[in-house]
Amino acid sequence: MLIDGVERKPRVIVIDDSRAMRSILRKNLMEVGCEVIAEAVHGADGLARLRELGAADLALVDWNMPEMNGFEFLCAVRGDHAFNSMRVVMVTSETELDQMTRALSAGANEYLMKPFTQDALREKLAILGLATH
Amino acid sequence: MSTSPAALDYVRELVYRRAGIVLGADKYYLIEARLSTLARELNFPTVEEVIKGARSGGSGALNQKIVEALTTNETTFFRDLHPFDALRDHVIPALLAARSPAHPIRIWSAACSTGQEAYSIAMLLREHFPGLPNGRVKIFGTDLAESVVARARAGRFRQLEINRGLPAALLVKYFVRDGAEWTLDASIRSMVEFKPSNLVAPTEPFPHADIVLLRNVLIYFDEETRSAVLRRVRTALAPDGYLFLGCAETTTRVQDVFEHVHIGNTTCHRPRPSARGQ
Ligand SMILES: C[S@@+](CC[C@H](N)C(=O)[O-])C[C@H]1O[C@@H](n2cnc3c(N)ncnc32)[C@H](O)[C@@H]1O
Repeated sequence: MLIDGVERKPRVIVIDDSRAMRSILRKNLMEVGCEVIAEAVHGADGLARLRELGAADLALVDWNMPEMNGFEFLCAVRGDHAFNSMRVVMVTSETELDQMTRALSAGANEYLMKPFTQDALREKLAILGLATH
Repeated sequence: MSTSPAALDYVRELVYRRAGIVLGADKYYLIEARLSTLARELNFPTVEEVIKGARSGGSGALNQKIVEALTTNETTFFRDLHPFDALRDHVIPALLAARSPAHPIRIWSAACSTGQEAYSIAMLLREHFPGLPNGRVKIFGTDLAESVVARARAGRFRQLEINRGLPAALLVKYFVRDGAEWTLDASIRSMVEFKPSNLVAPTEPFPHADIVLLRNVLIYFDEETRSAVLRRVRTALAPDGYLFLGCAETTTRVQDVFEHVHIGNTTCHRPRPSARGQ
């Protein structure tokens, strides 16, 4: 995958309070050609991991989590220039249109509803130029 | 309880004759599985009984149901993405420039399944060609299976379908949620017409079109059927038109009438100049 002019795998952080969901996402991401650089259990944990590792190409973020939820995480990264080029996909069982609209206006790039298949994830990443068909 | 080979062979023959779909001897399991679902729906005790019912004739409606049960209807919004980029950036602008407003541009989604492909084009037009007057572009979708045509017309999609390939920005703009399903806005729905039609045994000539999307259906046919369908598509396609196939499909066997061209990241097929105007 050509990213910022360099041939490499997209670097992804997975933020979800469910361990099972994180491992499903990790497995799916690896199978569609991504590198999972970190997992985090809530938004604040995600921010800390990113500050430590440098920005990722993509964050997959659950909505409902303790400490800092996915929406708060989204607002935090969109208010910080260090994360300008990081794409954010909400991966959540929140399926109300209002929630989606809120997330998109706050700067989310895509929205994937749980439950989802690996194909659905790959197609969302393809929309963002982070996976091939 | 397993179904007799004779009954399964009847189904293979029926599906080939009616739809051109080749089910090899390795597809017994598929036939069994798909027809078990049908048997349950129609209250037949076994698959064998469904087939017996179909063979003993009557209206032929049961035969049609069997054929439909053996079609594979998987599809997504904006499938493969690059054909839609090519439509937006090259093909549609070129045709708009080439045709007078009196001649609508006709786009045919052949083997359209539940309509995602046709509706993707309708949303693309709305988003990227907002000034187009009504009727400047006509989109129509056809499929052999009446059940999927009915679903396409309704423009209602399940969450699993909505999740696939549809950019979230278009979801929030053009769909409303209705219980477990999502309904496409009437303004987009009204841009597309759907009707049942069989590519292999058409009852009328193929509709005239400037752009044909014939994707992920030739793969189910044998070589002879593929060529016959492609030749018929050629006669329906405008001399300066465009044909899009699925990524595993080619015009290799009909190179005398089609040539392929690369547009952006996609390959599309155009009537050969030598064959144009025939
Ligand atoms: C896998 S879907 C492809 C849908 C869409 N074109 C796409 O690429 O996403 C194949 C469709 O072809 C239809 N089909 C199969 N045989 C056909 C025939 N002989 N005439 C018309 N449609 C046919 C099936 O009913 C099914 O909906």
